[in-house]
Amino acid sequence: MYVAVKGGETAIAHSLDLLADKRRGDRDVAELSLEQIDQQLGLAVDRVMTEGSCYDRSLAALAIKQARGDLIEAIFLLRAYRTTLPRFGDSLPLDTSAMVAERRISSTFKDVPGGQVLGPTYDYTHRLLDFSLATEGDRPAAPTAPADTNRTLPRVGDILEREGMLEPPPLDEASEDLTRQPLTLPASRPVRLQNLARGDEGFLLALGYSTQRGYGNNHPFVGEIRYGQVPVSFVPEELGFAIEIAEIDVTECDMVNQFAGSHDVPPQFTRGYGLAFGHSERKAMAMALVDRALRAEELSESATSPAQDEEFVLAHSDNVEASGFVQHLKLPHYVDFQSELVVVRALRAEVEARRQQAALDQAAE
Amino acid sequence: MKPLLSAKGLTRRFGARVACRDVDFDLWPGEVLGIVGESGSGKTTLLNCLAGRLTPELGSVTYDSAAYGTVDVHDLSEARRRLLSRTEWGFVNQDAREGLRMGVSAGANIGERLMAVGARHYGDIRRTASDWLDRVEIERDRLDDRPTAYSGGMRQRLQIARNLVSEPRLVFMDEPTGGLDVSVQARILDLLRSLVDSLHLSAVLVTHDLGVARLLTHRLMVMQGGAVVEDGLTDQVLDDPQHAYTQMLVASILPV
Amino acid sequence: MTDGTYNYAYLDEQTKRMIRRAILKAVAVPGYQVPFGGREMPLPYGWGTGGIQVTAAIIGRDDTLKVIDQGADDTTNAVSIRRFFAKVAEVATTTRTEEATVIQTRHRVPETPLSEGQILVFQVPIPEPLRMLEPRETETRTLHALSEYGVMQVSLYESIARHGRISKGYNYPVMVNGRYIMSPSPIPKFDNPKLDRSPALQLYGAGREKRIYAVPPYTPVKSLDFDDHPFEIETWEQCCELCGSKESFLDEMIVDDDGKRLFVCSDTDYCERRRTLPEAAE
Repeated sequence: MYVAVKGGETAIAHSLDLLADKRRGDRDVAELSLEQIDQQLGLAVDRVMTEGSCYDRSLAALAIKQARGDLIEAIFLLRAYRTTLPRFGDSLPLDTSAMVAERRISSTFKDVPGGQVLGPTYDYTHRLLDFSLATEGDRPAAPTAPADTNRTLPRVGDILEREGMLEPPPLDEASEDLTRQPLTLPASRPVRLQNLARGDEGFLLALGYSTQRGYGNNHPFVGEIRYGQVPVSFVPEELGFAIEIAEIDVTECDMVNQFAGSHDVPPQFTRGYGLAFGHSERKAMAMALVDRALRAEELSESATSPAQDEEFVLAHSDNVEASGFVQHLKLPHYVDFQSELVVVRALRAEVEARRQQAALDQAAE
Repeated sequence: MKPLLSAKGLTRRFGARVACRDVDFDLWPGEVLGIVGESGSGKTTLLNCLAGRLTPELGSVTYDSAAYGTVDVHDLSEARRRLLSRTEWGFVNQDAREGLRMGVSAGANIGERLMAVGARHYGDIRRTASDWLDRVEIERDRLDDRPTAYSGGMRQRLQIARNLVSEPRLVFMDEPTGGLDVSVQARILDLLRSLVDSLHLSAVLVTHDLGVARLLTHRLMVMQGGAVVEDGLTDQVLDDPQHAYTQMLVASILPV
Repeated sequence: MTDGTYNYAYLDEQTKRMIRRAILKAVAVPGYQVPFGGREMPLPYGWGTGGIQVTAAIIGRDDTLKVIDQGADDTTNAVSIRRFFAKVAEVATTTRTEEATVIQTRHRVPETPLSEGQILVFQVPIPEPLRMLEPRETETRTLHALSEYGVMQVSLYESIARHGRISKGYNYPVMVNGRYIMSPSPIPKFDNPKLDRSPALQLYGAGREKRIYAVPPYTPVKSLDFDDHPFEIETWEQCCELCGSKESFLDEMIVDDDGKRLFVCSDTDYCERRRTLPEAAE
C-alpha cells in the first residue's frame, strides 16, 4: 500500500543505483577523466569554483562529473565538501595590479598603459557551429609571444582615481565570512560583494541586465576587465610575515558609473566591482553592475528597482539555497494538504448549506 | 496652556539641496495649522520631520503626549515613536494606497489600530469598523470589500477612518484631497471639517491649494524654497498677504 | 563516518559549539529567532538542513534517534535523514516515540505524549511567522522587537471576514510565553495544542534562513485567535481504518480508480502500537 511515497530503504537504494548507472551512461563510450573536464570544460570548472567558493580545479571537475554536468548540482557538491574544511584564517587581499594578465581590455579609453590585450575570448568569434570539432584530431598550438612575467599593467581605475575623476576604493574593511556568519541586514559592502561572488551567475546577469533597461540605470562603462594569475599570500601566526601559498586565475571587472555628486562631494565617477575565479567575464560584469546598483542608498540615489533592493538581491542570489527550496516541494506535504482539505471542505459545506437554506427560504415565500 | 507640538530650528537637506530651513512654530490644542507653498517648497519634508518619519539635521520637535508627557519626537525610542504614531497620532497620505493595506478588507484596515493595541473580539472590531464607515459616509455593506474596489474618494475616506478610529489627538495630513475630482474634494473637505470639530482634533495640513487651506485651517505658514516667508491667521494671510510670494500665490488662484 | 574523513555527527566541533550557543540563547528567549552561522549540509536546503544541524549539535552516542516526516518513520526523507545519522553519529535509531531521546520531525508532532528529557527537533522552512505579511527581514525584526503584532491579527480578521472562520490549516501562528509570535513550522493546527506546556524541549532549526528558536519545557504556547472565534483543531467524521483511533490526525488516501477514500493515522508508530498492543487502544 502506498509504496510510491512511503518508499522505504530499498526503493531509495535502487534509485541511487540507477542514478550511478545513468551517470556513467553507455559503457562503450570512454569514461571522462577529471583532467579532460579540467582542460576541455575549463569554463564550467571556473563557474563551479566561483559559486562553490572553493578554488580547486580537480574537486570542481569531480563535482561536475558526479553531477553529470549539472553545474548547480556540482556547485552544491563542492559547497557541501568545502563546509567541512578547517579554516586557517584570511589571506591578504589579492593585489590584482600585480596580475600576470592573459587578457585585459578597457572600453573607456582607446589605449591604456600596457595596451589592450585581447587574449582568449569568444567576443570576436562567429557563433557558427564548427563541425570540425565533431571529430577528434590535433589542433595546432596558437603562436604565443615570449611570456613577460615582469610586465605589470597599471589598473585603469587607479589612473582615473589619481585625477580625482573616480572615487577611491573603499577602505579595507574586515569582512565577516558569510559561510560562518549568517547574513544580517543591512549588510556592509564587503559582505554584499561576498554574497554576489557566490551568487548565481544567471540571477546576477538578469539583474545586471535589468539595470541597463531602466530598472535602476547607472550608466556603466567597462573601466577594465582583466583575467590572469595572481599570487595569494597568507600570514601564518607562527611566522608573522606573509608567504605566498598559491597562484590562482581570477577575472576582475572594474565598472565605472556616472554619479551626479551630492552636497559634500563634487560629481565624479563611481565604481561597481566584480571578481570571479578563473575566466568568468559574464559573472564578473554582472556582479559589478549589481554591486553598483546596490550602492544606491549610500550614494543618495532613489532606490526603486529590484537590483537596488539589498534584501531582495542578497536573499535570493544563492543558487544552492534557491535550488534546494524550490525542489523541496517534491517532498511529501500530505499532512499540510490534509489540513487544507479539511478547511476547504468545511468552507464548501457552509456555502452549500447557505445555498440550500436560501432555496428553502425562497420556496417558503 | 502648553503647545501640543513645537518645532524649533528645523533644517533638513537632501544632498546639496535645502528642503527646509530653520522652521519654528507652535501648534496649540484644537488648532489646525496649514502649510502652503508650491511643490518643491519643502512642505512635505517639513511634515515628515514633524511626524518623526524623517530625521532633521538640525532643530527639534517636541510633543505634549498624553501617555509620556512632553517628549522630543526625535529622541524617543523607535518603540515609543511607533506606538505614539498609531495611538495618539494619525497620518493621512495624499496617495491613499500608501496609507492603506490594499490587500485586505476595509474592516481590517479600520480594525488594525484596535487590534494592534489588543482588541481581540471580532464582533466588536467589526461593529466599530462599521460605525466608522458610517461616519466617513461609506455604505456599511462595503465593509468586507478591499480598497482596490473603492473609488479614489472612498479610499481617501477609508484612510481617514483608519487613522481616526484610535481617536488620535493630532493628525498630519499631506494633500488629503490632492489628485481627486473637484466634487469629490468638496465632500472630503466637508467631512474633514466636521470630524475635526466633533473630535476636537489638532492637525497639521500640507496643501498647495489655498482653497483647501481657507476651508480647513485656522492658521497658515507660507513656505518658499524651504523657508517660512509668512505666517498668521488664515483669513488674514489670504485676505491681506504681506510677502510678495504670498501675494503671488493668492493672486494666482480663483477666489474661494 | 568511521573512515575519519568527517567528524563525529558530520559537523566539526567548533560549528557544534556555535550551534549550541545559538540553542542556549533560543531557550533563554523562548520564541525568539536566533540567527546562527548555518552551514552547507550534504542534504539540500529545504529538506531539513536546519533540523539536521540542530540534531547534529545535540546528539551523542547515548542518544536514541527517531525521525519522522508527515508523522511517518518510513517516508523517504525520514529514511534518508535517519540513515545519515546512523552513519555519521553511530546512534541507535527507533521508530517508537517513547524510546527516543531526540525526535527530528517534519510537519507533525507525535500523537504519543512526550515526556521530560525528550527533545523534539523541528525542520523549519520559513521561520518568520510574519514573512508572508511583510517580506522585509529588517521590518519583521523590528515588529518582533516592538511586539507590534497588529498585522498578524489583521490577517486572522481578514480570514474570518472572507471565509467566516480562520481558514489557516497548518503553520498556524502561536504566541510563545506571552511575548513572541512564532511559526510552529508547517505542522497541522491539530498539533498546536501539543506544543503548549509540553514537558519536552522543542528546538526549531531553519537551515536556509539560518535561524534557530526554541520552546523550553512547560512554556505556554497559545494559538492566536479572537474571543468570539476561538482556535479550534481539525476533526474527522471517520476513524482510522487500521487502529480505529478517533483522536489522531488522519491521512486521506485514494485507494482505487473510482476515488474511494481510506483514512489512516498519519503517526505510523502510534497506529502500529494500538494495533499490536490492544491495551494501548484501551
